[in-house]
Amino acid sequence: MMELPVVGQEQGGCSSSGCGSNSDQLSHLPENIRDKVKDHPCYSEEAHHHYARMHVAVAPACNIQCHYCNRKYDCANESRPGVVSELLTPDQAVKKVMAVAANIPQMTVLGIAGPGDPLANPERTFETFRQLTEKAPDIKLCVSTNGLSLPDQVEELCKHNIDHVTITINCVDPEVGAKIYPWIFWNNRRIKGRKGAKILIEQQQKGLEMLTERGILVKVNSVMIPGVNDEHLEEVSKVVKAKGAFLHNVMPLIAEAEHGTFFGVMGQRGPTHDELQTLQDKCAGDMNMMRHCRQCRADAVGMLGEDRGDEFTMDKVEMMDIDYEAAMQKRADYQASIEATRDAQKNNTGESFIALSSIGVRKKETRPVLMAIATTGGGVINQHFGHAKEFLIYEASPTDVRFIGHRKVDLYCTGGDTCGDAETTLQKIIRTLDGCEAVLCSKIGYEPWEQLEQAGIQPNGEHAMEPIEQAVAAVYAEMIENGVLDTPKENHELQASA
Amino acid sequence: MAFAIIESCVNCWACEPLCPSQAIYEARPHFLIDAKKCTECDGDHAHPQCVSICPIEGAILDAVGEAANPPGSLTGIPPEAMERAMAEIQSR
Repeated sequence: MMELPVVGQEQGGCSSSGCGSNSDQLSHLPENIRDKVKDHPCYSEEAHHHYARMHVAVAPACNIQCHYCNRKYDCANESRPGVVSELLTPDQAVKKVMAVAANIPQMTVLGIAGPGDPLANPERTFETFRQLTEKAPDIKLCVSTNGLSLPDQVEELCKHNIDHVTITINCVDPEVGAKIYPWIFWNNRRIKGRKGAKILIEQQQKGLEMLTERGILVKVNSVMIPGVNDEHLEEVSKVVKAKGAFLHNVMPLIAEAEHGTFFGVMGQRGPTHDELQTLQDKCAGDMNMMRHCRQCRADAVGMLGEDRGDEFTMDKVEMMDIDYEAAMQKRADYQASIEATRDAQKNNTGESFIALSSIGVRKKETRPVLMAIATTGGGVINQHFGHAKEFLIYEASPTDVRFIGHRKVDLYCTGGDTCGDAETTLQKIIRTLDGCEAVLCSKIGYEPWEQLEQAGIQPNGEHAMEPIEQAVAAVYAEMIENGVLDTPKENHELQASA
Repeated sequence: MAFAIIESCVNCWACEPLCPSQAIYEARPHFLIDAKKCTECDGDHAHPQCVSICPIEGAILDAVGEAANPPGSLTGIPPEAMERAMAEIQSR
C-alpha cells in the first residue's frame, strides 16, 4: 500500500520546516486539492491562522441520537458542537452571512453543521446554499453530517457550490456503534442498538464513497471516547482513507454531567491531551491528520478559536446597512494581502530553520519539547499571556517543529462565579499547559511569570510578532545551548496544583 | 385518540414534516398537535411518526396523558442516574 507522507514527519528525506517548504499538513496533496483547501481554516492548519469561518444554525432536526449530545442544550456560555443560541430561517441565515462577510474580510467559508443534522433538514439547508451561491459566490460552502441520509442527498449536494463535506464517523463496527448511538430514525421507525448502528455505518460508508467518486472532498470527524472507540479509531482511519477521505480529524470527547448527555451523566471521561496526541500520531501512519479543530458551536462566527456571534445576532444584523458589492471587493483585496503575508512567512520559516541546524548541536540526540503559543492569528506570536483564551501547542525536536494541537484555557464554559469552581484562572492555565516547557507570548505579567516558572514552564516574551515556527525553533535552539535538555523533563505537577 | 406535545418540546422541527395528517404545527412557546387531525398515524404507518423521531423523553403524551417516550427510553440514562447527577450538581 502506498504511504502518504504525514504532518510533521519526514517528507522526501528532510523535515517539513527544514527545507523551507510549506509545513502545512496538506502540502503533499495534489495541487487541485490543495487549491481547494488552502484558504479553508477548518481543513488547512496553516490557513486557520489567517482565515475565518462561520456556521449558520438553520438545521434543528436530527435523525439519530449520539451519547455525547443532548438535544435540549441551548446556552450562550457553552462552546461546543450542537449548541446554539438562535435558530435561523434560510432567509435570516443568508442575511447574517452577508453581514458577517462584510464585516470580517478574512471570511472564506460558510458551513452548516446543525444544531441537528443538516441533511435531516434538506429544504432549509439547500435553500440557504442556493441563495448564497448566487449572492456570495466567493464564499466556500460546506456541510457536516452524521451520514445517515447522505446517500440520498449526494445528487442534490452536487448541484450546489459545495466542494467539502465532513462526515462524523466514530466506528465501522456495529458492536462499537451500539455503545455510541442509542437509536436512529430510519424508514419511518426508531431503530435501537446494534441494528440501528449497523445501518448508520453502512450509510456513512456508502455516502463517503459516492462523494469521493464525484470529486467532492471529504473530511472525517471522529470523537475519541476512551474505552469505547479509542483503539478502534486506528481501524476507522485506515478504512476511510482507503475509501478516499482526504483528512481525518480525531477530536476528544466532551462530557460533563451538567451537559445532560449520556456520557456526561454516566461519568464517561474524555481523553487526556497525551492520549489524544498518541492516537493522532498512531493514525498519522496511515492517514493525513487534522490537529487544529476547535470543536466549535453550530453558530460560531470568526477565526477558529474565537466566537464573534454576539456581534451578529439577528436583531443587530437587521440594523446593518451593507454594500454587498463593495464588501466582496474588500474581501478580495484583504485576502490578497493575507496571501502576500503567507508567502513572506513561508520564506522566513525556511531561513530560520537553517539557523537552528547551523548551531551545530544537532548530532547530539536532544529530546523533543512542547511549547505553548499565545496568538490571535496571522501565524505570529502576538497575544498577551493574560488575554489568551487558548494556546497553540508545538513540538520542537532536532529535526523539525510541528503543530500538535490547541488547548483551551476555560474549557467549554465561560460562565461566571456560579459555575462554582474555586480554582483560580492562573492555576487552570498552568494545569492546561501540563507537559509544556515554555510558553511564548507577546507580553506577560510578573505574577504569572513567577508561577509558571515554579511549575516548570519557562515564560518567554522575546519573540513578539515573530512567525510561530521560527520562534519555537529559536527557543529550542536556546534550550539546547543552555543545557536545559541535558536532563529529563521534571515533573512539576505537584507544585503546579499546590 | 390523539397525541399532545407539551412544554419540554425543544422546537427542533423533526416531527413536523413526518406527520401524515399535517396535524403538527409551529407555535409558541412550542410546537402543537391539532387533536382533531391527529390519527396516531393509524392506517399510514406502523409506528406514530412524531413519537418515533422525537429526541426528548416526555415531550409527547399519548391519549391517556402518559409519556409516549418515558424517562430513560431514548437517552439510555437510567432515571436514578440522572437524579443522582442533578443532585450532585445542585450541591456544588
